[in-house]
Formats: sequence, structure tokens, C-alpha cells
Amino acid sequence: MAEKPAFNQEVANLLHAAEGNPLETCIQCGICSGTCPVAKYMDYTPRRLIAMINAGMKEQVLASNTFWYCASCYHCTVRCPSGIDIAEAMYALKRYTMWKNQYQEGLIGPTFSETFVKTIVRSGRSYEPILAPTYIFSYGIRDFIDEAITATNLMLKGRIPILPPRIKRLENFKRMISHIIPIGEAL
Amino acid sequence: MKEYAYFPGCSLEKMAIGYHRSTLETTEKLGVKLRELDDWNCCGATAYFHVDELLAYTLGARNLAMAEKEGLDLVAPCSGCYKNMFFTQAHLNHDPDLKEHINDALEEDNLHFVGKNTVHHLIDLFVNEIGLEKIRNTVKQPLEGLRIAPYYGCQILRPRKDHDEVENPLFFEDLLSSIGATPADYSLKMKCCGGSLLITSRPAAFAMINNLLKNAVDCNADVIATACPLCQINLECYQQQINREYNTHYSVPVVYFTQLVGMAFGIAPKNLGLGKEFISPKKAFEAMKAPSNGK
Repeated sequence: MAEKPAFNQEVANLLHAAEGNPLETCIQCGICSGTCPVAKYMDYTPRRLIAMINAGMKEQVLASNTFWYCASCYHCTVRCPSGIDIAEAMYALKRYTMWKNQYQEGLIGPTFSETFVKTIVRSGRSYEPILAPTYIFSYGIRDFIDEAITATNLMLKGRIPILPPRIKRLENFKRMISHIIPIGEAL
Repeated sequence: MKEYAYFPGCSLEKMAIGYHRSTLETTEKLGVKLRELDDWNCCGATAYFHVDELLAYTLGARNLAMAEKEGLDLVAPCSGCYKNMFFTQAHLNHDPDLKEHINDALEEDNLHFVGKNTVHHLIDLFVNEIGLEKIRNTVKQPLEGLRIAPYYGCQILRPRKDHDEVENPLFFEDLLSSIGATPADYSLKMKCCGGSLLITSRPAAFAMINNLLKNAVDCNADVIATACPLCQINLECYQQQINREYNTHYSVPVVYFTQLVGMAFGIAPKNLGLGKEFISPKKAFEAMKAPSNGK
């Protein structure tokens, strides 16, 4: 019977376009963690997360907030002396937990991303007011009010559209999408 | 007049309307025609890559194919849009199977992606395509005495590694000098604004924004210049909340580089979309007109 790939191989190969990410070459130098502006807020720093991936600590890795806290600034990626695309590995882990519906409870990122994607698939363009309900109710009362004030100010300054935009050739666009993911009439 | 396909992106339709207007006004003065891509779609932002990579490249490829159909190189003013489309092109060119798969899907919209045209960020268009010489020669009212923090942010230069400017680029400073302004020595210029963490992990984003604002104050910047709508919104629209959170007193205007270039070209502020800010740059501009105030 064929052996299941190791967890680090799984994560390395989740990156379609780069033909694998050389996670196993990590020398644990810590440049990524020293560079990362969000490391302080993560359950594990990027360096530690890579060590855990390489050690096969799948459950702990998937349950952590680390990759959902990655801002995609790519500072670690351009500095890694081993050529690991760390930010892309974070993306890969986000997708992995989305597929498995297995991410840390209470995170806003997964729901926000999902709604964002649905908005684009339906209309071809993004629209902030549709996205707001995905996060605003998980805020505390003060942040909720602050966000409402910010949105009102943006509206008053003419910086939020009243109607959701959509592209013209939407039917073609939807057929194009169902060519990639055969979703039938679900759209 | 050299023409480019212009991809404004979702933010420039409203949230960053000032960036859109000032882009069109300034490029026209520079003799460049930006033709908006007809029926463009969202680039996928960061959220799309969280869900499905293949579909994310398909979104980018549709825009790229439409620009190719026009026979034009593509220009994107938003750093996120730029990064997504630059790498969609790079990955598809690198992987013929991926390209073929996506081209099958593009047929549904009568499009075909070849991958031979260039993708530019707007600031790259100004600095490298148009050139600082031409910009300098178009200046009517140099922004003398205005100290500007050049904020590069992330995705103009990263994750590209095919250039020498990953750690300490200077082209933004050079651009600001070419319109007569004084570029501030903004040491955090390459650090992240927090991006969409502002929504998904607010305390982390606030800490990042606080650092950037503090650094701008420390280097005596009158305004921060950005080249990305998300950077602009994050740095500008949450200063009040940051002030409360960190017990600070920030009131730093954050404007698009094209608005500054437009001011130097003598274009009316209204036509540059100025006046829609939470923190008006008016005072900074007025102080500049009265050098006796001594800065």
C-alpha cells in the first residue's frame, strides 16, 4: 500500500503555481519571525510553525491562528535564505483549513474570505457593504460603533457606492468560473 | 500619445476615487493615454487566494487577456491588483498546462491569454515609462518645503525578487524630489499597513498602523504619500481610533502620490479628488505657499 505523504510534503505541494515549496530546507534561522510585523499576535511565530510542519505536528499547526494572521506582506518571503515562499505557505494553510472546514474557532478571516469570493463570483466585482456583516457582529460594542461611524463618514465623503457594481458580461463570466469549478446552476 | 490598458480595480471606483481621478488627470498632462479596460473584473484581492488558487489565476487571466486583445500593456494603480496580475502572468507563462486549462475557461468569454504583454504598477509607469525628466518639465508649482513620507508598502516590490530594490528602494523619493518636494527619511517605508487584518485581526493592524504613523511624525512629515488604496484607507481612516487606543494625537494627512504630482502640475484640487479625506491635507498645502512660516 502506498504511504501517505508526510505533512510537510502535503503543505509544500499545496502551492500549485510554484511547483512545491522547499519547506524541508528551513534552517531555523528566524529571519522570518524577526521580520514579521504580526509575529507578536500569532500562536506560533513563522519559524516555529515551519519547524512544527516539518515535525509533522499537523493538528497543532492547523488549529493555530498563525497563518490566518499573516497579512501577506511577503517580507519574510523575500528574505528567506532557503528560498521558502513563507507567505505562500501561509496561503496554502489557509486553503487547507478552508477545505477541511477545520480552523480555529472565532477567527474572522475564513468567513470574510468566503463571503468575498461569493460576492465576486456573483457579480465580478467586490462591494464593501456586503462584506461588513461577516465581521462586524463579532466585534465588541465599541468597535462596532466605531466601524459604523467610519462607514458613515466614508459614505458622506462619497467613498462608498450605494449600489453593488457588477460586470456586463456576467453570464460569460459565470460560465468561465464553472469551467474551473463545475458548480452547475448553483450561482 | 502612448496608450496603456488601465485596470482601476474595485477600490478606485469609489473608496479611492481620488486616486482614480488624479491618475487620469496627471497622466493626461504627461501625454499618456490610459484606456480603461472594458468590463474588467475584480483581481481576487487576497481573499480569493485563501479559497482557491486556480480560480484566482483565472480572474487575473481574464483581465490580462482583455488587455492583450487591445494590444496594450496593463497598468494597475492598486498594489494588490498589480501583484495579483503580475504573478498570474508569471505563473501562467511558467506552466503551460495551467495556461491551457485557464484558456479553456476563458473561451467562455471569447478570450485567449498569451502572456506577452507587460504589467506595470502605476508608480512604475511614472518613474520608468514616463520618466522623471518629463515629470520635472511638466511641474508648474513645485511643492517646495513640503515634507513627504514616501510610503511604499508591500506589494509594489514584494514578493518580486527580480530587482535590486527589495530592501531599500529610492524611486519614490526621487519622484517626490522631481515635483519639488522634500522626501522625508521614512525608515518604515517598506513595512506593512496591516492590509485586510484591519478587518480580520484589528488589534494587530492597529499596532502596525500606529508604528507607521509614529515614524511619520518622528521624521517630521507633513503628509504621507501612498501608491495603494488599502494603505491609504488603513493609514488615514482609523487615526481617531488609534489615538484613543494608544493615547496619541495623530492627525497626519495621507494622500495618493498622483494627487501630489497633480498639485505640482497646477491641476485644481477638486479635479484630483482632493476634499474627500478624513484628515485634510489643506493646511499642509497652505503652509507650503507661505514659506515665511518657516518649516
